[in-house]
Amino acid sequence: MIRGVSRRTILLGASGLLTSGIIVANWPRIANPDGGSPLLRFGDGLGRRALRLALGNRPLVPEYRLDQVTAFPVDGGFGSPWADDDRSFETMIANRFRDWQLTVEGLVAKPTRFTLDEIRAMPSRTQVTMHCCDMGWSAIGQWTGVPLRWLLEFVGIQPKARYIVFHCLDRFRGQLHYGSIDVLDALHPQTILAHSMNGQPLPRGHGAPLRLRVELQLGYKNSKHIDRISVVESLAGIGLGQGGSFEDAGSLWYGGW
Amino acid sequence: MTFVPKSRIRPVALATPAVSGQASAHEIYRHTLPVRLFHWINVVCFVLLLASGLAIFNLYPRLNWGAAGFTVSVAINPSLRSDLDTPAIFEIGGLPDIKRHQSWMRIGSHQIDTSGLLGVAADEPPFGVQNIAFPPWMTLNLGFLGARGLHLLINLFFLCNFAFYALYGVASGRFRRTLLPNRDQLRPKAIARDLWMHLRLKHSVGLDAARYNLLQKISYLAVLVVLMPASILSGLTMSPSALAAFPWLLELFDGRQSARTIHFICAMLLLLFAFVHIFQVVVAGFANEMRSMITGRFRIQKE
Repeated sequence: MIRGVSRRTILLGASGLLTSGIIVANWPRIANPDGGSPLLRFGDGLGRRALRLALGNRPLVPEYRLDQVTAFPVDGGFGSPWADDDRSFETMIANRFRDWQLTVEGLVAKPTRFTLDEIRAMPSRTQVTMHCCDMGWSAIGQWTGVPLRWLLEFVGIQPKARYIVFHCLDRFRGQLHYGSIDVLDALHPQTILAHSMNGQPLPRGHGAPLRLRVELQLGYKNSKHIDRISVVESLAGIGLGQGGSFEDAGSLWYGGW
Repeated sequence: MTFVPKSRIRPVALATPAVSGQASAHEIYRHTLPVRLFHWINVVCFVLLLASGLAIFNLYPRLNWGAAGFTVSVAINPSLRSDLDTPAIFEIGGLPDIKRHQSWMRIGSHQIDTSGLLGVAADEPPFGVQNIAFPPWMTLNLGFLGARGLHLLINLFFLCNFAFYALYGVASGRFRRTLLPNRDQLRPKAIARDLWMHLRLKHSVGLDAARYNLLQKISYLAVLVVLMPASILSGLTMSPSALAAFPWLLELFDGRQSARTIHFICAMLLLLFAFVHIFQVVVAGFANEMRSMITGRFRIQKE
């Protein structure tokens, strides 16, 4: 034994080296986590548990006054630099989504299709909230829509349900975009399916005809251009199985930090 | 193969020689195991948090104050400007021209040329020319998504490490004994002497080397009591979930963008501390200082 170095120090040093080794060996997968990284997923799970502990009684996020509403960047969905134009979407916009219907299916008692007028006639919640992008920017907007909780109860969500999957009209990497949240976030009072922004029907760049506002979450979890909502027990088998198009490309699924 | 019983070695503030070495020097047990563990876990966490933090900053390379902060074309190219953008108090950017590329850093209304160092050009279809604020050698080549995942993994270790250390430091009385300046260190003459020694890069010898000097104590306290807690709280303020759980964070930092700005400033000050800290370790005797942080044993030269 090295003079003056205790066995305890050596053991601790060795476990430190081992941990560093795991991180170094995983570095390519961390630097570019396309398809998901097990280590980062592990961290995401720890973070979710920690935040859920702090969010025990499901408090609301702070809301703002109407005069605090700001301009709003278009990031994600139609109008983004990476979204392909889609002729059928342009047709839908032109006839104000009269032929569009929202499908709600999966683990529900009555799978249903709703027209935009029917959704606008549902009970609604209006909230002025801050959009928190994971890239660092934030902007404030006013959103009006039906609480997701009301809709899920209306179609009779089943006890087995664990995730709500949003299938969208825009494409990401050539595939139709999708995203998901779990039932706990879906039942939060500020989680709404917004059909209006700042008192006007949702603009093209902000998710027309219907988008998710899940205020406990970062920007990229707020799926735009929703076409179909699927209530499921597991995310496996949908896309690459990571819970969304962005998540399949390496974003965190919970990521609510 | 025997442990040195803890009872035979005394903590630093008591400065009692524990094991006699050569005739001209003796060794003391300077850093207890929890301190050494905290230190090295913190080193790894800080390097990874800094690199991933800089990589995250690159996606929106400007700092704002208040709740909202954005460039309306942030998704197209963070360097593009519009009248609708919120004013930035700090920004790293460049010209969208890859052939004659020029980049700059703006602090308030001051502009500093950083061509080739910060805001380096990268041609990234379909986004066009991007100015990478902090180049890959500073971000350990982390892509944005990996950087975010890593930042949110490591911050848990950083937080737990800090919490255990703070509990230990307060409960054991170690902070009080080793970090609070002693009365004799606060006499004007002693302060002047400490400053003068720092300017000449001289370090203490004899029993005085067994305790931290005044500037050292102040800088450690600033890191532990101000910078690390402020980093943690301002980091939390960027999370919508955390804002629901702790809405007072928004009041404390005056909004999400202010918190992001303070988070960045804290990171830069911690980096500055790290540079000075490493410099001091080299000046004060690299081998001795490193040994004391690995084994706990610190050799004191006779006066």
